[in-house]
Amino acid sequence: MKSIYITICLFLCVTFTYGQEKFLTKQGEVSFFSSTPIEDIKAENHQVLSIIDTKDGSLAIAILMKSFMFEKSLMQEHFNENYVESDTYPKAIFKGKIKDFNSLNLNTNEVVITGDITIHGVTKSIETKAKLIKTADSLLLNGTFTIQIADFDISIPSVVANNIAENLNIDFKLNHNPYNK
Amino acid sequence: MRNLLTLFVLFTITSKTMAQDLLNILESEAPKTKNYTSATFKGTRILNGHSIELRKKGVTEFVISHRFGRVNLGIDELYGLDQSNIRFALEKGITDNLMVGLGRSSFEKTYDGFLKYKLIKQRSNKNSTPISATVFGSVAYRSIKDFDPLDKPTFNQKLTYFTQLMIARKFSPELSLQIMPSYTYRNLVKTNDDPHGIAAIGFGGRAKISKRMALNAEYHYTINPLKSIDTTNSLALGLEIETGGHVFQIILSNSITMIEKSFITESTDNFFEGDIHLGFNISRAFQGKKKNKNHN
Repeated sequence: MKSIYITICLFLCVTFTYGQEKFLTKQGEVSFFSSTPIEDIKAENHQVLSIIDTKDGSLAIAILMKSFMFEKSLMQEHFNENYVESDTYPKAIFKGKIKDFNSLNLNTNEVVITGDITIHGVTKSIETKAKLIKTADSLLLNGTFTIQIADFDISIPSVVANNIAENLNIDFKLNHNPYNK
Repeated sequence: MRNLLTLFVLFTITSKTMAQDLLNILESEAPKTKNYTSATFKGTRILNGHSIELRKKGVTEFVISHRFGRVNLGIDELYGLDQSNIRFALEKGITDNLMVGLGRSSFEKTYDGFLKYKLIKQRSNKNSTPISATVFGSVAYRSIKDFDPLDKPTFNQKLTYFTQLMIARKFSPELSLQIMPSYTYRNLVKTNDDPHGIAAIGFGGRAKISKRMALNAEYHYTINPLKSIDTTNSLALGLEIETGGHVFQIILSNSITMIEKSFITESTDNFFEGDIHLGFNISRAFQGKKKNKNHN
């Protein structure tokens, strides 16, 4: 009987610790940039959700496509309606891991993130470098990576092909705070 | 030993769930935002008449519309292409819900000005609303000098007012439908039999056939038509092609004009007897740079 108590107690401890070990942000920033000689296009999203499980460095990110803000409202409409088709694919999702998360001891660490990114219903594996800055109550993850638009089955009509770059640079800045349920 | 096993099992289950549940946590933490339906129609016109759509704040659109002569005029008139009516206009979004426009039509040398205001926006998620609604009001000034010099109409007598309520719903990404009752008021009528005010009800729709193409249709039923001319109800069928900043519409219609008071109450051709006019609407949108600090 006593051992059952111990078991339950341990189980609760484990769950409890997990609760403390997650870091979340609801105001993560993700922006992308397309540059061509004709036109520069930039869009920012300040409502990115991201969560890190510090037990093993698992990372999940959810980006609502309609929350990308463009300088020109027409671009935003075209982005949602024609390119990423936000009504059908409302979110971009990343699911992956920060490599060797448990062996990071510095305040500022160069880390490698690997995982699967899903945009426009198409999933690709990616690996990118990022900077992880740890403080007592925050985990700041930032970096840049590049994606090819064509990889995600997004077609650009020939009329505007010269206005939109084939590769997009994506910047992310995710400042996580402890997550308590 | 058995307890150790239980502990191990529980531990495994817990950690498994944790890894998989990260996305579920994000799902549950996601703020409930209002999800407005976008692009019920692609342009501000279904074909002849307006759709519930407005241009966004700061966007100026230059609209050129043409309607050629009747295709059943035959080869002598190059199937109507020798005759042409044109309207060009500048239309601008003042706010995201208010739009103004100024246009000039070659038919009866008419100037028109309009105001368009979005009342209701269709949305899903939080406080979902099943429809969008827009009100439209315009004034047309007929400037053609076809009157007897001794019987010169006053400025007011050359004016016609038009008002319309548009209600639309995007049923799916492929299908949008609109219903639009309207009322036209003429300050001056040709004969005493003609009503000053004319009520009509219109129906319109857009069916997407590919990513950037749609088939549109629009019909207006006139309840109390003019008596001095033999009028017909306006029907239009068209193909809409969208390319970047342009919306291009190719139209077949029995109406020859492009402003509401005119095509709804003054059309005289019969679509089903071949009195069909080929036409097109083309618009080019321009936008000054806008700093959008509203992240909702």
